[in-house]
Amino acid sequence: MQIHILRSETNTHQAYTLLEGETTLLHALTHIKATQDATLTFSAGCRASVCGTCAVRVNGKEVLSCAYKVQDGDVVEPLHYHPVLRDLKVDKYQATKTLTKSTAWLHRFTEASLNHKDEKRTERQTDCILCDACYSACPVYAVNPDFLGPFALTRVYRYSIDKREDDTKTLIANIQTNGVWDCTLCGECTMVCPKGIDPKMDITMLRGDSISHGYSDPNFATQNFGFDPNIKF
Amino acid sequence: MKDVLIIGSGGAGLSAALSAKASGASVLVVGKAYPTNSQTSMAQGGMNAALANVEEDHISTHITDTIKAAHGLCDEDMVRKMCADAPDTIAWLEHIGVPFSRLTSEANKRYEDNNVLQDNDTLSSELNTKNPQQSSIHTIAQRQMGGASAKRACYAQDYTGLKILHTLYDTCLKENINFLEEYYLLNLVTLDGVAKGATFLDIRTGEIKQIHAKSVIIATGGYASLYHGYTTNAYGSTGDGIAAVLRAGGAVSDMEFIQFHPTALKHSSILISESARGEGGYLINSDNKRFVDELKPRDEVARAIFEQLQKGKEVFLDLRHLGEKTLMELLPQEVALCKLHEHIDPAIELIPIKPVAHYSMGGIEVDTALEVKGIKGCFAVGECSNAKVHGANRLGGNSLLEITAFGKFVGENAYKYAIYASNKKIEERQLQQDKKEIEAIYTKENLINFYEKRLDLGKLFYEKVGILRDNAQLTQAMEEVIAMQVMQKKIGIADKSQKNNTNLIEYLEFSNALLLAPTIISAALARNESRGAHYKIGFESQDDEKFKQHIVLQWKD
Repeated sequence: MQIHILRSETNTHQAYTLLEGETTLLHALTHIKATQDATLTFSAGCRASVCGTCAVRVNGKEVLSCAYKVQDGDVVEPLHYHPVLRDLKVDKYQATKTLTKSTAWLHRFTEASLNHKDEKRTERQTDCILCDACYSACPVYAVNPDFLGPFALTRVYRYSIDKREDDTKTLIANIQTNGVWDCTLCGECTMVCPKGIDPKMDITMLRGDSISHGYSDPNFATQNFGFDPNIKF
Repeated sequence: MKDVLIIGSGGAGLSAALSAKASGASVLVVGKAYPTNSQTSMAQGGMNAALANVEEDHISTHITDTIKAAHGLCDEDMVRKMCADAPDTIAWLEHIGVPFSRLTSEANKRYEDNNVLQDNDTLSSELNTKNPQQSSIHTIAQRQMGGASAKRACYAQDYTGLKILHTLYDTCLKENINFLEEYYLLNLVTLDGVAKGATFLDIRTGEIKQIHAKSVIIATGGYASLYHGYTTNAYGSTGDGIAAVLRAGGAVSDMEFIQFHPTALKHSSILISESARGEGGYLINSDNKRFVDELKPRDEVARAIFEQLQKGKEVFLDLRHLGEKTLMELLPQEVALCKLHEHIDPAIELIPIKPVAHYSMGGIEVDTALEVKGIKGCFAVGECSNAKVHGANRLGGNSLLEITAFGKFVGENAYKYAIYASNKKIEERQLQQDKKEIEAIYTKENLINFYEKRLDLGKLFYEKVGILRDNAQLTQAMEEVIAMQVMQKKIGIADKSQKNNTNLIEYLEFSNALLLAPTIISAALARNESRGAHYKIGFESQDDEKFKQHIVLQWKD
């Protein structure tokens, strides 16, 4: 079987032949590098879907190389919206920066006795491995590179509903600009998450929380439905 | 110049960074990947702390269990320190927001009732009297692990390492810790046996850089991926930091003690957590018979499985009786991995398994402050270091504890050292030397493909330096490793690119593996006894008179 990998040096898809049989894409890439072409460059780590290193796009859809089974004719390309360093290896700096910008951490600890139900409220969100698949799938980045993005907002949501967080106000305040209101709720992020996380839902929830903290959707606020005394007729 | 340079950005490095920073140090964390890519993310089962949330437990019992599993090769003071620090370390992780699994309300109520009883009997655990502020950690769920006499491992489903690592990372961002990602460690920079910094290859640009610091912490992880193809470890666990310490004149110890995890998936060597057995899973052979107590320490269970395989039988992990609901609640990651890599649904089918290399107990020889023997101002923590808490066999749940508890400890120690350390920059001799060496690799002939040799080395180690060893095979393995080292002259790199050359990085990682290989074999050869993970045919018993000691190795000038 044959797969086609986008090479950065030539900006063309290079064909590689693999033996028939079931194999993960990561195994195939490792095999190609070891036996056919040592210049093929990609990132890899744990082989077990938990280190978040090996996300790429296959036939236009984000997958973890270690969890995707290769099909004949697959087209393999690097993640979107990440500067390509070489072949499938990308620079995650810009994406990682969204965690800092959105202040996705526990701001002020307060003593709270968590129970099993509380654990379940953030179980899914904390499965995130920062593979950047959602970031690559998010169409907002095509128009707004400063968007905080799905994984950072999911992480903010996860801390904001943690009973140990005593400063939800600051967390909510920090996601108003380029944040929850910039999302189009298209759900592409949810579609590609290898961990089954639903950033679209988390962002929707954060919108609700934003409103209860006194914020409103700026897309509505800019529209002038009332009388404006500055307008001269 | 930074006070503390931390090399390695897994759980140990991040814990050290946070504690050094909290002490007042300026900190730089340098790693060959992104922090959340590290091996820590793969730790599944849990982290030990005698909280007694589920049943009676005491720090003293945790100490006893750990010492027992170590088979006489640990430093009991270090074990005491680690186990005594465990509840506070859990409290610290709780404080930064780690999403631990929690007890159900019924179990919680049971605990509270018990606690009232305990108070009446003035039997309250060490915790309650010591620090009443820690009360919220009492809802953390705890599970059984092998070799533990109580349900002691705190967990977050079967993603414990992942969730601790990511919370540490979030906290590092909060504390504004400086990171340099994709910097590959080449060598430590020392002057008259004192650490002054380290040299790195900037993977993105291909440039070689020297970073100076008043103190250095090595937190680069273990060397089990030397067993390439026969390990649960990520590709990058090649012992880079340990090799750098050897080159810089430091010492290593207990290198022969490599833990084999009993249950890796048969075809992919992907880990299935010990918690699967802790939650009630059985091991059965192809005759449908159980053949070992599943909750014994890992060395004994791994050997029992290996013996079955040698008899030509297959071995399976049986989780069917736990039922789908329990499996999805407690072991969701395992279920997904089995389905993906073995086409097995553990709720209705048997999981084919084999034991593979999982953890290196040995490593950089350190003192009780975790300072490296032979290099002043250089510290080592986590799997790369031999803090002598695991001895001949590590207990499940003690490695996440070690990296966080000792990570915090070493951060403070390195800062204390840095306060009085000289901040005079030294010449860039190491930098010049490393530049030459890397250039030489580019111009070297490439007659032999090292990727093939990497596979050969992994197979050689699994077969001859594996679960059951004997001196004839060890000697053969040593000869083959020496042959490979000679062959190295003919091994170069096929990719001549300056930037983002992962071929070069993998070459350097393989070189480190080849450098460490003889230390493992020679220590295994010298240890004519069986102890913990080191089991030698012809010497099946433990010989305390001759071998209740650490084998420490250092390069001669």
